[in-house]
Amino acid sequence: MKKFATFLIAATALFGGVAMAEEGPTPAKGISFSFEGPFGTFDRAQLQRGYKVYKEVCANCHSMKLLSFRNLADKGGPSFTEAQVKSLAATFKVQDGPNTKGEMFERAGLPSDRFPSPYPNAEAATAANGAMPPDLSLITKAREGWHGTFNQLWNGIGGPQYVYSVLTGYETPPADIAKEKPEGKYYNPYFQAGHWISMPPPLSDGQVTFDDGAPNKVDDMAKDVAAFLAWTAEPKMEERKQTGFEVLIYLAILAGLMYFVKKKVWAGVAH
Amino acid sequence: MSGSSKYQPTSPVGKWFHERLPIVAFVKDHAMDFPTPKNLNYWWTFGGILAVMLVVQIITGIVLVMHYTPHVDFAFNSVEQIMRDVNYGWLIRYMHMNGASMFFIAVYIHMFRGMYFGSYKAPREVLWMIGVIIYLVMMATAFMGYVLPWGQMSFWGAKVITNLFSAIPFVGDFVTTWLWGGYSVDNPTLNRFFSLHYLLPFVLAGLVILHIWALHVPGNNNPTGIAVKGPQDTVPFHPYYTMKDGFAIVVFLIFYALFVFYGPNYMGDAVNYVPANPLSTPAHIKPEWYYLPFYAILRSIPDKLFGVIAMFSSILILLALPWLDTSRVRSGNYRPIFKGFFWVFVIVCIALGFIGSKPPEGSYVLWGRILTAYYFIHFIVILPLLGLLETPKPLPASISDDVLAKAKLA
Repeated sequence: MKKFATFLIAATALFGGVAMAEEGPTPAKGISFSFEGPFGTFDRAQLQRGYKVYKEVCANCHSMKLLSFRNLADKGGPSFTEAQVKSLAATFKVQDGPNTKGEMFERAGLPSDRFPSPYPNAEAATAANGAMPPDLSLITKAREGWHGTFNQLWNGIGGPQYVYSVLTGYETPPADIAKEKPEGKYYNPYFQAGHWISMPPPLSDGQVTFDDGAPNKVDDMAKDVAAFLAWTAEPKMEERKQTGFEVLIYLAILAGLMYFVKKKVWAGVAH
Repeated sequence: MSGSSKYQPTSPVGKWFHERLPIVAFVKDHAMDFPTPKNLNYWWTFGGILAVMLVVQIITGIVLVMHYTPHVDFAFNSVEQIMRDVNYGWLIRYMHMNGASMFFIAVYIHMFRGMYFGSYKAPREVLWMIGVIIYLVMMATAFMGYVLPWGQMSFWGAKVITNLFSAIPFVGDFVTTWLWGGYSVDNPTLNRFFSLHYLLPFVLAGLVILHIWALHVPGNNNPTGIAVKGPQDTVPFHPYYTMKDGFAIVVFLIFYALFVFYGPNYMGDAVNYVPANPLSTPAHIKPEWYYLPFYAILRSIPDKLFGVIAMFSSILILLALPWLDTSRVRSGNYRPIFKGFFWVFVIVCIALGFIGSKPPEGSYVLWGRILTAYYFIHFIVILPLLGLLETPKPLPASISDDVLAKAKLA
């Protein structure tokens, strides 16, 4: 047993040491969110603000195809009221059809509609932006803020932090790199695919006015929209953690009972 | 288990049925009365844990299939539909996804336990070999399952692994095209992987029955490695091991639940939440964690064909393990030198896994090669020689003697 422990310590030391030396893009800024940890929940007001940033800024170029307007009223989400969702959906134009004459037509959005995409297809989106703006439905689950087996185990995968870091991470490139600046690209050390990103800095201070009068510096808006996108990627997160807590209590009690029954069964047998 | 059964039907209906199909007696003999060594430790509970995991995977899988669409245009979104719109779909999907990882954690512990305690040695060679085949089928099943959500790593993983077959001389390209059902990984590939992913778990269930059958002929090995000498060495499986295994299973489920509910995407790769795109290759293509040691072996050999051969050999060599280990002593507890080499081997396997997760550059390449060489040396050189050179510690006279001696010490 002693030997086993020694090996375990040696192995941990060995891999812990190697895991520290990671390469790749600059790790995301380690800001914390309300929805982290086993009991973390979304901040409703933050999600509502994040939605506004999404709608007024991101949605100009990025699609969010997996979400419907009705999701905005779902439990565990931004908790807009049904009436709010109805009027908010109506501000979008949605293509429908064909009608009885076989023609496609436009109408106001309904809560059951999916969020319409800003471009008719990937080619149009790419042509307009120089690169394909990725769909945002799952973006915080499709990106990692940092790497490392143990790092991700303790700190999470860091998707929302990645989004926040990219939005707030535009910098003047260091002199030696500035010379290599590709046409129409911007320097952002947090961007996962090299340091040059096609998206111009999307946010500027005071750009979106929040209904609750919350601060609207770039940093605030980036945080709010990152939280909103964490919800779009994992809309059942609150239900998941809640259910998990109940399941774990059940299993812990069951394990305790099993242990004592097992002990009693084995009491008379040397083993 | 042979000889007469303890089951005596009492009711007339029971007698009538027993004479026609003695299944109640069979279950009682094998699942309840089966004489089991009384000194099995918790490393032995992973067999039961694996059986539970297979059932969990089959049940969650069947429910997932009710909502999943196996088509390149719809697969990704249908999985997201399960996550978002199906009642408790997120739970079923996360259970299935993490269940695969849990299945492999349990199978690796189960295999290393067999290696340490010499459970592969006579008369259990066939039991061990069926186990190796189960492991191979598991790997194939998990690989095809990973392709189904049709994310970036699903697609590129499928591409890399199926491409390995093109290394076969002369017929390689033909075989690859045949596997794909076309000239690249596409809809026919997804469809056949789906079909086989549904089929193979039932093949696994059949193999598990053979595995248990082959277990119940010689009976369980045990931590001393010495054979059962009589009834004083054993206890009936029920209630002794139903309770002990049951407790271990619940503890394992707690571990499983921690990942399902609090880190459901930790074991996976973030890139797989990007829909498959044949025109855009991810920066680092790497398989799921449970394949990484073999992936490292594959990439350590500079030649593609020999890399593939080395990778498959690293698993198939397990089939020869009963004959490569020349020691007559089963349990590592009585083999002081083997014990050290065993733990070195465990660490080498973990280290290979680490190398497999890294891009093949710099010192990772050299380390990959050294560790790959060691992996094979362990089987081909160390185990055969150790059996001849090592002086084992004296074995206890019987399981009961050992148990009593330990009780005295404590």
